[in-house]
Amino acid sequence: MERPLTKHIKPGFTAYNLEEYKQVGGYNALLKALKNMSPGDITTLIKTSNLLGRGGAGFPTGVKWSLVPMDVDRSRPKYLVCNADEMEPGTFKDRYLLEGNPHQLIEGMIISAYAIQAEKAYIFLRWAYKKAEAGLRKAIDEAYKAGYLGKNIMGSGFNLDLYVHSSAGRYICGEETALLNSLEGKRAIPRTKPPFPAISGLFGRPTVVNNVETLSWISHIVENGADWFKGLSLTATGGTKLFGVSGRVKNPGTWELPLGITIRELLEEHAGGMSSGYKFRGALPGGASTDFLIEDHLDVKMDFSTVAAAGSRLGTGTMIILDDKTCPVSFIHNVEKFFALESCGWCTPCREGLPWVEKMLLSIEDGTGKMEYLDLLSFNAKYFGPGNTFCAHAPGAAEPLQSGLKYFHDDFVKHITDKKCHWR
Amino acid sequence: MEIREEIKQYPYPAVACIDALKIVQNHRGWVSDESIKDIAQVLGLSNEEVDSVATFYSRIYRKPVGRNVILICDSVSCMILGFESLYGYLSKKLGISWGETTSDGQFTLLPISCLGDCDNAPAMMINADHFNRLTVEKIDELLDRYK
Repeated sequence: MERPLTKHIKPGFTAYNLEEYKQVGGYNALLKALKNMSPGDITTLIKTSNLLGRGGAGFPTGVKWSLVPMDVDRSRPKYLVCNADEMEPGTFKDRYLLEGNPHQLIEGMIISAYAIQAEKAYIFLRWAYKKAEAGLRKAIDEAYKAGYLGKNIMGSGFNLDLYVHSSAGRYICGEETALLNSLEGKRAIPRTKPPFPAISGLFGRPTVVNNVETLSWISHIVENGADWFKGLSLTATGGTKLFGVSGRVKNPGTWELPLGITIRELLEEHAGGMSSGYKFRGALPGGASTDFLIEDHLDVKMDFSTVAAAGSRLGTGTMIILDDKTCPVSFIHNVEKFFALESCGWCTPCREGLPWVEKMLLSIEDGTGKMEYLDLLSFNAKYFGPGNTFCAHAPGAAEPLQSGLKYFHDDFVKHITDKKCHWR
Repeated sequence: MEIREEIKQYPYPAVACIDALKIVQNHRGWVSDESIKDIAQVLGLSNEEVDSVATFYSRIYRKPVGRNVILICDSVSCMILGFESLYGYLSKKLGISWGETTSDGQFTLLPISCLGDCDNAPAMMINADHFNRLTVEKIDELLDRYK
């Protein structure tokens, strides 16, 4: 089984330096791209490979790139931004790639910037990722010295400057247009779309924003081709994916596995099954903003379309397990409190609705909740849905709430009728 | 001044607002009203504009903090693995709750969202240093180290 993204991540997370990275074929794809391929060739290749964005939404990367105007004079300057603001509760995959193989990301970014003809690129990095920041700065330094960044890269005439921007906190910075406002030094409030960033992004210029895992794929696809990439998954999508499991399991962790493996395989073979004394009750398959799946769904294949068909989202592919010794109401309250605190405050349903939901959940958890809260919670979950709010923050918050109310209805009712939490 | 250096890489000065706030905080530990005014003047913004940015971001402190800031992850994976009892222990030992600073000015206790280390939960940061698989014993040792 191939593991292209993590093959060169050594145990204990010490990243390869430039020399070590080159010894395993590093920067060969960049040379190939700059010498033998036009920017259009690369975009077409990525489109053909069907690489879907690994940040959570699964938008086709090649399509995103193809929206960027390629008219030579009028479209400049253009920007490429790597979204490394990983902050989705229960998600710990980008940290692994950032700390484990920064050169893989940098090489992918140079090729991607060449494909859209961007001359400046930013890595928007989560504040808390200090080890990743140090590793990236060192790797960028090495890449400049070796002539992979800066002016006239490898004699191609292509110029690129790459900067690391360490953020100042807030989950909403991971929303791509909020991220751009934050890079511009403003409050991270999402922007109206359209215009999409590919037309008007950073400083009003054409900009592509891609996730760390997505950009880490680019050099591999350039080197091995679209058919190779498609052949890596068990389902039709293409590629492997970083999957993770956290919660009360024997062996929590992150693994690179083909898209299309089942939840059962992930949970039992890789995470080692539930810790002794704990039973599986449900899981958020791709971070806090995805719908619960339960025991009936254990044979669902982990791919964008198959998880969607089961009523949830693949999201970031990092699963949080709810066990029988954790109160489902507390679990959902914790998640909704996070969303309430991280709302940017711009639109009313999100700013007002999320704290209302959080308070109702807290009172149910404490045994002071009323039966009518259940309808009010469903009402709010419905009105957080897509189309009623400015961005995807509140719709994300609605997912664990609406599915939690459905699957753990009896637990909610028991809290209310018994006026206490049986887990305390 | 560092802030003026930072401005050079951007198309216009206001872009450096977050960087400027971080530079001030690095030197002083937090961002006072006086600092907001100074930054506004350098960047050509109003005081209110700078403050609106400063108060938006959770890692910009508008109140004084202790010499060490303890950031405990309170997100769901750490909750399942028992962050609440660790918080209870820390809070009792230091005699402070969320947002407070010990009377000797050594420690401030704040929550932080998911630190992306869920397979090693529970996790926390002290200043810029990351710690995981926390236990009561490990916390005792860390508090001694940072005192």
